[in-house]
Amino acid sequence: MSEKKTIIEVKDLKKEFDLGEVKVHALRGINLQIKEGEFVAIMGTSGSGKSTMLNILGCLDRPTSGEYIIDGVPINDLTKNELAGLRNTKLGFVFQSYNLLSRTTALENVELPLYYNSKIKAKERKEKAIAALEAVGLADRMHHTPNQLSGGQQQRVAIARSLVNDPVVILADEATGNLDTRTSYEIMSLFQKLNEEGKTIVFVTHEPDIARFTSRQVIFRDGHVISKELVKDRLSAAKMLAELPVEEDY
Amino acid sequence: MNYLNTFKIALTAIRRNKLRAFLTMLGIIIGVASVIAMLAMGEGSKSYIKNQMSGLGTNLVMIMPGAEAHGPVRSSGTSKLEMSDLEAIARNQYVAAISPLVQSSAQVVYGNNNWSTSIYGVTQEYLPIKNLVIGSGRVFTVKELHALEKVCIIGQKVATELFPQGEDPLGKTIRVKNTPFKVIGILQDKGTASMGQDQNDVIIAPYTTVQRRLLSIDYIQGINLSVTDDKDSEAAVAEIKQILRREHKIKEGDDDDFNIMSQSEMISTVSTVIDAIKYLLGAIAGISLLVGGIGIMNIMLVSVTERTREIGLRMSVGGRGNDILLQFLIEAAVLSVLGGIIGIIIGYLLATFAGNMLGVEALVRPYSVVLSFSVCVGIGLFFGWYPARKAANLNPIDAIRYE
Repeated sequence: MSEKKTIIEVKDLKKEFDLGEVKVHALRGINLQIKEGEFVAIMGTSGSGKSTMLNILGCLDRPTSGEYIIDGVPINDLTKNELAGLRNTKLGFVFQSYNLLSRTTALENVELPLYYNSKIKAKERKEKAIAALEAVGLADRMHHTPNQLSGGQQQRVAIARSLVNDPVVILADEATGNLDTRTSYEIMSLFQKLNEEGKTIVFVTHEPDIARFTSRQVIFRDGHVISKELVKDRLSAAKMLAELPVEEDY
Repeated sequence: MNYLNTFKIALTAIRRNKLRAFLTMLGIIIGVASVIAMLAMGEGSKSYIKNQMSGLGTNLVMIMPGAEAHGPVRSSGTSKLEMSDLEAIARNQYVAAISPLVQSSAQVVYGNNNWSTSIYGVTQEYLPIKNLVIGSGRVFTVKELHALEKVCIIGQKVATELFPQGEDPLGKTIRVKNTPFKVIGILQDKGTASMGQDQNDVIIAPYTTVQRRLLSIDYIQGINLSVTDDKDSEAAVAEIKQILRREHKIKEGDDDDFNIMSQSEMISTVSTVIDAIKYLLGAIAGISLLVGGIGIMNIMLVSVTERTREIGLRMSVGGRGNDILLQFLIEAAVLSVLGGIIGIIIGYLLATFAGNMLGVEALVRPYSVVLSFSVCVGIGLFFGWYPARKAANLNPIDAIRYE
């Protein structure tokens, strides 16, 4: 097996929040490497630092000290605007509450990131958005607004939005948190499919059974990484979905 | 930064909430419309009054005896104007036509009809000075003037009041203060009343006749003259003043014992007053424009809070602070520009409508359109700035998870 490219490289990363009288050490020296094509679950209880980690990985926040290199770019010296550019071209976000623009069609929602990339023309923008919607199986719903879509469909639109700029890594924050079991499995099977196609995914969750769909689990506790083991008995979401008892109509 | 894209984003955001956009614009619409309407009405009344006043005569200058009132004591008792004054003035180069004026209110009777009006004793030159035209009949002759003939020219109003059956007044004899006068001419209709006095409600007769036969005086009560050129009226007034002071032997430093008013001076006085009123009304309307601007700021602030998550999302997918700032600024600007345009149209319609109701032509001047439009764009940007800054300075981490 050939050596895969390192997408995310974190070295001795620390983050402190200064709340006046007390200093909160959210991250106390994290070392982490994520290679291309990995599907990493970041786990931990609330307060473990996993959200802070995600913010930093997502270039929404800067570390207090330590290094973070994404796709070969060290972010420490970048300006706010350069960070925004990085988010625009290298990252895709999926949120727990979908964060779609209301009264805006699925297509326009997916197009959104490309509006902030001046290199992409209107025609190309639309083509890419349609392609992304096709990839999540929602091409037939592209002119629907979020309130005409189910929760699972809305999350799939959000995933299409995270794909549209062809990011080096997709960051998902509790992406199944608002969904029922069946829909969660659907979303996870979509993530697994994208991962098989070569997408690198970082998936923050606190649900162990969801984490079992990923290829590696990184567990946070009190600002430290306490484990970053490969998942041994990785499950296939598509298979689980097929095994779920068929819901009956009453 | 891609301005076109940001512009599109802003327009989409407005389109997504049309009712709110309209309500936001309403303040600006009302503000601009009232500014436009007020200024148009002011301009309209100004030009209406100017027209009316120029209808009073051609480059008219009026001279009356008596000093201008300074304080409560009027020292005009003894001052009079004489024909010699008039002759002295008439020699001046600026004078195109000149006429003495004696005047009396008079009860006029013809048959069973009687009417209360004013009789003016003048010379033939009075008619061109006052822009009066003979409709039928003729003006009195110099001979008739010197002979103190009892002839008169009557206005349309007097004609209809005394001859309601539509008889031809020409050649008829009417009694003015019990003195019989023969009607030799009828004035053309001067149109509606202006400045409180119906110009059709007059009788014009030789001043000699009115002086001696009606009033029993040998002085004159005023002099009306017209200046050759409107531009010279100021110089003419100054020269006439000198002539009269000389004639009346007024010492240096003493007050004039007469009063000169020129038409152009009156027009400019009235214009100044109307301008003041116009700008006052405009300023009051401007306050509503300001309130409209604050309305925009209000809604934009609410909108920023309401759309915190949207802003967070935009930032997380690569929107920079400046993109967000520009988006909200453009939204505010588009709202105020659109409101401004609608306001201008409504203001124009309003002014036209009110103008029709009041019988004054409303004049929407380009300057008022440019002024109110640029003010409202300025207001939009000014009041849009603060909310836009607020949006741009949001922390994306907090914004994206804002509940």
